[in-house]
Amino acid sequence: MSDAARPSQPLMACQECDLLQRIPALPVGGRARCARCGFLLAARPRDPLELPLVLTLTALIVFIVANAMPLMDLAAVGRYSSTTILGGARQMWLDGERITAMIVVFCAVIAPALYLLLMLAVLIAARRPPLPHWSGELLRWGLHMQPWAMYDVMLLGILVALIKIAQLATVDPGIGLFAMGLLAVLLPAIAVTFDAREVWKRVAWKHGDDLAAAAFADEDHLERGR
Amino acid sequence: MSGAVVTGAQAGLVSCETCKLLTRPVHPEHAGHCPRCGATLEVRRVQSLQRTWALIIAAAICYIPANLLPVMVSNTFATSDAETIMGGVVYLYTSGSWPLALIVLVASVMVPLGKLLALGYLLVSVQRGTARGHHERARLFRIVVFIGRWSMLDVFVATFTVALVQLQPLMSVLPGAGVLFFAAVVVLTMLAAETFDPRLLWDSATNMEKHDG
Repeated sequence: MSDAARPSQPLMACQECDLLQRIPALPVGGRARCARCGFLLAARPRDPLELPLVLTLTALIVFIVANAMPLMDLAAVGRYSSTTILGGARQMWLDGERITAMIVVFCAVIAPALYLLLMLAVLIAARRPPLPHWSGELLRWGLHMQPWAMYDVMLLGILVALIKIAQLATVDPGIGLFAMGLLAVLLPAIAVTFDAREVWKRVAWKHGDDLAAAAFADEDHLERGR
Repeated sequence: MSGAVVTGAQAGLVSCETCKLLTRPVHPEHAGHCPRCGATLEVRRVQSLQRTWALIIAAAICYIPANLLPVMVSNTFATSDAETIMGGVVYLYTSGSWPLALIVLVASVMVPLGKLLALGYLLVSVQRGTARGHHERARLFRIVVFIGRWSMLDVFVATFTVALVQLQPLMSVLPGAGVLFFAAVVVLTMLAAETFDPRLLWDSATNMEKHDG
C-alpha cells in the first residue's frame, strides 16, 4: 500500500477474505488482486461503459434470433422434426417433466434475458449521471443472473445430443444453433469489458451525501486499528 | 504476514456485497442498509453455515435417485430402453466417442459428487476453526463456484434429445424421472455455493494472527 495512493483511493474490503486494502489507480487493462487471498478485486477495461453497451445490444438481437430460429433439423426415413430452445422445454413439459422444463426455460431464456435487459437499463442510465439508486438494485439482480445464463453448457449439451442421435438419423444444424454459439461468446464478453465501479461512481446515494459522509469509513482508522 | 493484516470485521467496518462500499455501521449486530445502494448489509452472510448445510444435504439426497432412475427412455416399435446417466456415458464410450464420454462422466458424475464433498469439507473446516491451508481452501471454493454450472450438461442433453427424437410411431424418446432429481442436484449445489460465505474460511487466519500479536 503506497502512500501516494492513500488520499485518492478509498479503503475497501476483499469480497472473499474481508482484508482491508486500498486499490491503487490502475492502468487500462490492469487488474488488482487481493494481497492475501488473490481474489480479483478490480480490473480496468479499456472502455468500461460504451463497449459493454454495444455488446449488450448486439447480444439482445442475437438472443431474439437464437430463440426464434430452429436449432436443428432432424430427418429419418422420410420424417422430419425440428426444434427451438423453447420447443425443447415444451416437449419436456408435455412429457410430464414440468419442473425440469421450467429450469431449462430459466437457464436458456429467462436468466439471459434478465441479464441482458438489466445490463442494458443500467448501461443506458449510466450515460446520464447521476443514476438513481435503484439502478444499483437492477445491476445486482443482473449480475446474479449471470451464472444461470448457460449458453456455453447448452451448446455442449446439444453437441452430445447430436452425436447420440446422428447414428439414428440425419441432423442439420440450424441458424438458432449458430446464434447460440455467438451468445456463448457475447455474454462473457459483456462481463469482461464492463466495470461495475464506473456505475457505482455515478450512482446517486440513497441516503443523501450528508449521511454518506458520516457513514463512510474514516481515512485514519487503520492507524487507530494498530 | 505482518501485523498490518486487518479485516473489515476487526475494524468494525462492513462491506456492501452489492456495491462494495465500506461503511461503519452504528450497531455491528444490525448493520442496516447500504447508504449508497440500499442493499442489506451483513458483516458475514446471515446463517451461511446452516443454509449451506441444508442445501447440500438436500442435494445429497437428490443425488441418489438422480443416478439410479433413468434420465431418458427410448421407445421403438418393440423395445423400450431406459438409460441412466452412467448408462449414457457407457453408450457414448461404446459408440466410439470416448472424448464426449469423458466430458459427460466428468460433468455429470464427478463434478456433482466433488462439489458435495468439497462444500461439506469447507463447512466442516470452518466449524472446526481449521487454521491451516487457507489458500488451498479458497482455491477449492473458487473451483466449486466455477465448475458448478457445467453439471447442467445432462439436463440439456436430455431436453434436446427428447425434443428432436419425436418420430412417432417409429421412435420416440421420453424424459425419465431421474432428470428432475439431477437438475435439482445442480440447482441446489449452485445455490449452496452462493450461500456459503468465503470470508468465514479466512476468519480463523485473522484470529490466529491476533493471538500471535
